[in-house]
Amino acid sequence: MLAAKNYLGHHLRACLASLGSLLRTPLASLMTTVVIGVALALPSGFHALLEDVQQLTAGMEGEVAQVSLFLKAEVKDEEARNLAWRLRAMDEVASVRYISPQQALEEFQHNAGVSDALAYLDENPLPAVLVVRPAKAVGKADRLRGLVQRLQALPEVESAQMDWVWLERLQALVSLADRGMTLVGLVLAVAVLFIVGNTIRLAIENRRDEIVITKLVGATDAFIRRPFLYGGLWYGLVGGLLAVLIVDGILWGMGAPVVRLAALYQSGFQLAMLGSLDTLAVLGLGSVLGWLGAWLAVGRHLRGVEPV
Amino acid sequence: MIQLHNVCKRYPAGHQALQAVSFTVERGEMAFITGHSGAGKSTLLKLLGLIERPSSGELVVNDRNLGRLRKRQIPYYRRSLGLIYQDFRLLPDRSVYDNVALPLIVAGQYDRQEIGRRTRAALDKVGLLGKERYRPPELSGGEQQRVGIARAVVHKPLLLLADEPTGNLDARLAWEIMALFAAFNRVGVTVLIASHNTDLIARTGCRAMTLDSGRLTAESAAAS
Repeated sequence: MLAAKNYLGHHLRACLASLGSLLRTPLASLMTTVVIGVALALPSGFHALLEDVQQLTAGMEGEVAQVSLFLKAEVKDEEARNLAWRLRAMDEVASVRYISPQQALEEFQHNAGVSDALAYLDENPLPAVLVVRPAKAVGKADRLRGLVQRLQALPEVESAQMDWVWLERLQALVSLADRGMTLVGLVLAVAVLFIVGNTIRLAIENRRDEIVITKLVGATDAFIRRPFLYGGLWYGLVGGLLAVLIVDGILWGMGAPVVRLAALYQSGFQLAMLGSLDTLAVLGLGSVLGWLGAWLAVGRHLRGVEPV
Repeated sequence: MIQLHNVCKRYPAGHQALQAVSFTVERGEMAFITGHSGAGKSTLLKLLGLIERPSSGELVVNDRNLGRLRKRQIPYYRRSLGLIYQDFRLLPDRSVYDNVALPLIVAGQYDRQEIGRRTRAALDKVGLLGKERYRPPELSGGEQQRVGIARAVVHKPLLLLADEPTGNLDARLAWEIMALFAAFNRVGVTVLIASHNTDLIARTGCRAMTLDSGRLTAESAAAS
């Protein structure tokens, strides 16, 4: 019990002492943590942006996915209205709008400014159209595709069309960017390992005499390692904190222009700051990388520091 | 307390530092190793502190065969020793108190009150109780060596090993340090001191073994 208490007390002291030695060389510590902060901020910032974009497009799937059912020419007005009612009864369907050939023609004349051209036609060439808006719950692309196939199979339907290819392309682009950032993130994580490793290597060099003396009075390797490992942990944690501040600062700075841009597209979209979970993830990642970098450096460089 | 059997130490460069050295130091004895510089005194103490390993031969300290100690066990072995050096080897940026407390902190089995009590007791024994807040560079050479001795005895080791402990001190201070070693020896601590100062050794009346080019050449009995 007493041994455990002393052990924990020793860890706490080593932890605080390593923070103290970081603060005794503020400029060198600051440079290391800034480099770590920037290296962590880059991937986590892009990750946050991509998450925002994914949030945006996920919301759009339901809205954009409007299925136009072009009905066969022989389908009468009555039958079309009956079909609309049958479709409205389906769970996957939020609403159905019926556009008769006559309405379609009027709309077309109104919008396209081709009324003169249409006037030459003897009869209305436009088919009746049912505009189906899927329920929000349908959401995901593969379920939408299933719905479209079923609608296509209806005997009254000539063809079912959905203009959402661009959405799939956007999502493919986003996941490509996500993959790219993950790889860049891995490279930067390795860079953080080296930065912390080098800083700890210098710390070991600077405290060579102290390490030798401590070993001479009977310190175990674990005892010698401990303050350096905590040092790496602090570098990583403070670097992670800096990364969070950088990312949130940039997102905050971009916030107002993004809202203005979104408003031009009739969207209420706005950039979200890093969530508490993401913030914890960045801090945790920083700490783990810092500790690991220190561990690698200590394993390599402490072996050579022995009393002579 | 210490038994050496045919201990040899050859350095990788080829220098033969010790050749077939055998001797015994009894429990509770105070003894000296003397000889010119380069005779092998420091090498001998390094072998006893497991800072170096012998090329051949056997060292037994406190019934422990050092040749059988694994690297992992060295720290625990060193905690049974008190090591003292000519250049003191103190941490210049730490207080006298922190320097002396270091072996207790490293051992990790004492709480804060116990560390404080033992550290002040050790400082009291070497007469530096009033200077625990000083840093080593603010002290004289004699005082610094007394800090080194306090650090070596704070964890109550059974064996003190000192390598030229008075090498940097004038005659009066050297004698004070010797008196300090004798005081610890009187309470049962075994003391082995390497020194080239034969006059000083003669005044203590302790047994002295002479090394010459790595060989034990002469031994003077204790004057009792």
